[in-house]
Amino acid sequence: MGGDPAGKIDHEQHDFALWEKRVDALLVISSSAGLMNTDSLRRVLEDMGEETYENMSYYERWISSICQNMIEVGAFSTLELATKMELIKSRGATYGDAS
Amino acid sequence: MKVRVLSQWPPGHVRTPGYLRGKVGTIERSVGTFNNPEQNAYRLTPTKNRLLRVRFRMSEVWGPRAENPDDVVEAEIYEHWLEPFNAS
Repeated sequence: MGGDPAGKIDHEQHDFALWEKRVDALLVISSSAGLMNTDSLRRVLEDMGEETYENMSYYERWISSICQNMIEVGAFSTLELATKMELIKSRGATYGDAS
Repeated sequence: MKVRVLSQWPPGHVRTPGYLRGKVGTIERSVGTFNNPEQNAYRLTPTKNRLLRVRFRMSEVWGPRAENPDDVVEAEIYEHWLEPFNAS
């Protein structure tokens, strides 16, 4: 990565989890609504830094960037996001397992 | 036509690959005009900027460390990041 050794590339395909498909859909919806775009997605992704790149999965980084974009543009507030996250969390750890 | 990628490291969002900044390449073709991502990234009304495909020799990019100096890498770079290069 960036000219540095980064180990072998994993070429295995994997099925996407339901939540990952939803994250993908969220980007399409919020982009078509004019709330964000590919470049604003990438801006936040790249501002996250190398540590985040190592520690978060692809769609974890995407949803973080989408949330940041939605807060910037005023689609929802930080508090509204926190309240919603608590609500979803209360549905239990297996809520997002369906695919 | 030979061009040099600007060797600039501004803060903020740019799409110009870091490993090509300051490197000299040859314009392979014009790709078209696109919304400037540097403005788009901040939801500013973007200008339409020309995007060019530029070809670089591996020897130019990696210097003596290049495994295959005659191989090339091509990158699409916005015109405002390029300056004319005249070998003297």
